[in-house]
Amino acid sequence: MSTFLTVLAVVLAVLVGLWLWWTAHRLDRMHHRIELARTSLDVQLQRRSGAVLELVALAGSGNLDRASALLLHEAAHEARAADHATMESAESNLSEVLRAVLPDAEDVAFLREDPDVSRVVDDLAGDCRKVELARRFHNDVVVSARALRSRRRVRWLRLAGHAAELATVDLDDEPPAALRAD
Amino acid sequence: MRIGIVCPYSLDVPGGVQNHVKDLAEALISRGHHVSVLAPSEETDLPPYVVPAGRAVPVPYNGSVARVSFGPVVASRVRRWVRDGRFDVVHLHEPASPSLSLIALWAAECPVVATFHTSNVRSRAMSASASILRPSLEKISARIAVSEYARDTLVNHIGGEPVVIPNGVYVDRYTSASARPEWQGESGTVCFVGRLDEPRKGFALMAAAFNEVAAGRPGLRLLVVGGGDVDAARQRLTPAVRDQVQFLGRASDEDKATALRSADVYVAPNTGGESFGIVLVEGMAAGATVLASDIPAFRRVLADGELGVLFRSEQVPSLAAELAALLDDPARRSALDAAAAGAVRRYDWSAVAAQVEQVYETVAVDTGRVS
Repeated sequence: MSTFLTVLAVVLAVLVGLWLWWTAHRLDRMHHRIELARTSLDVQLQRRSGAVLELVALAGSGNLDRASALLLHEAAHEARAADHATMESAESNLSEVLRAVLPDAEDVAFLREDPDVSRVVDDLAGDCRKVELARRFHNDVVVSARALRSRRRVRWLRLAGHAAELATVDLDDEPPAALRAD
Repeated sequence: MRIGIVCPYSLDVPGGVQNHVKDLAEALISRGHHVSVLAPSEETDLPPYVVPAGRAVPVPYNGSVARVSFGPVVASRVRRWVRDGRFDVVHLHEPASPSLSLIALWAAECPVVATFHTSNVRSRAMSASASILRPSLEKISARIAVSEYARDTLVNHIGGEPVVIPNGVYVDRYTSASARPEWQGESGTVCFVGRLDEPRKGFALMAAAFNEVAAGRPGLRLLVVGGGDVDAARQRLTPAVRDQVQFLGRASDEDKATALRSADVYVAPNTGGESFGIVLVEGMAAGATVLASDIPAFRRVLADGELGVLFRSEQVPSLAAELAALLDDPARRSALDAAAAGAVRRYDWSAVAAQVEQVYETVAVDTGRVS
């Protein structure tokens, strides 16, 4: 009888162990996915400010007026120079300046008169959209990872190890309406 | 990009998800991508981009019967497809269904995009198995919902912030369809599309309005596309106008395009339950002037009446008056048709596939392999 109980206890211990290992594996996978999503967001933001600078360089002496060019140049530079702490506000600022400089379809159509500029505007529209997507996908994983980390087994047994607190990225990424595809 | 698409339902039977997968795959291929579609099928003359995963078994799932594939042989075939495909992105459809998509989700090591089609907020299967599914669904890098309804279903059961990218329409298939003179009436042709016995599609409203409008117009014709009890439907028409109505039954896509192309006015009297109103886009693409009920989805597609005419939903007098006015005003119809012809381009598969492509590029941005 006692052999049976011992076997049962060992089997249970192994099952619980496997379950905990599996939970830790899920967390690890999620942390990895968050890193990738964050990299993607950083790349998209970098491309967006890059496209803004290119727009200033190309159209600054053409259909983009000096004041608009200065605003865009300044905001894009600030966004690229921002560190971890100021990134959200600097990028939100760039979104706001973009909307202010390109308030409606007419302004965009005026810029697009030059075919080279028009190509940069296409890139910029795509980059704006991808920033929105990347931020959403990033925050999605963060929210599900937080839900898993708040489970008792994870907190009590410290299955998350030394991984840092998980933060969503909150910034204003709304593009100018005239750059939206739909 | 190398893109692997997984369809959970058998390609041997027609269905919304299957059509979506084939249309998307073809649109992506024409944009220069390498696409492989894995789906249950036993047919031999499949499109070249399809890899058949074998027989589909009918099983009860989520309140109806789904034709799906599973089991150890299927699973090893899925793993081989994933491994040999060397995909940059794997795009799963309906990953919560017990079929290929779920198996591929386990096997995939590259970024995974998933599209959710189901729109049923009280989906019992989804809420019962959400806890079993969660560890798998965590592997998805980006979620797409095909409509606001599908989005709500997903948010309710699994959470997250899916992106809404609607179904596309191959606009040119409708623009280039040819009208059939024998389906057209001398003084105008009206078209209705929808199941006859589904009250939400509004055939009763269509019939009542047609009785009124056709009374003084013997040359007016009504084409009815959709399955259901034709005899019961005919009873709704007054004997005087019965001969002016032609029932085409459950028509093929080609016949639907031909019917819409033959019509001057396409009437959509739906009373609700439409999440998007793709059929309005089909009507506009075919060059029929759209007259639709003013439910929110239709308002949006018709840009509040700029691209077609709206009548008060479920009000026969309003429908009949607007229909008669439209038939009597060819100039207004051509103005609306011209506006609609330009506006439908953004629902074309080429535009929709570009949006999906942006999602791929976002998740597959210089990443290594994901475990």
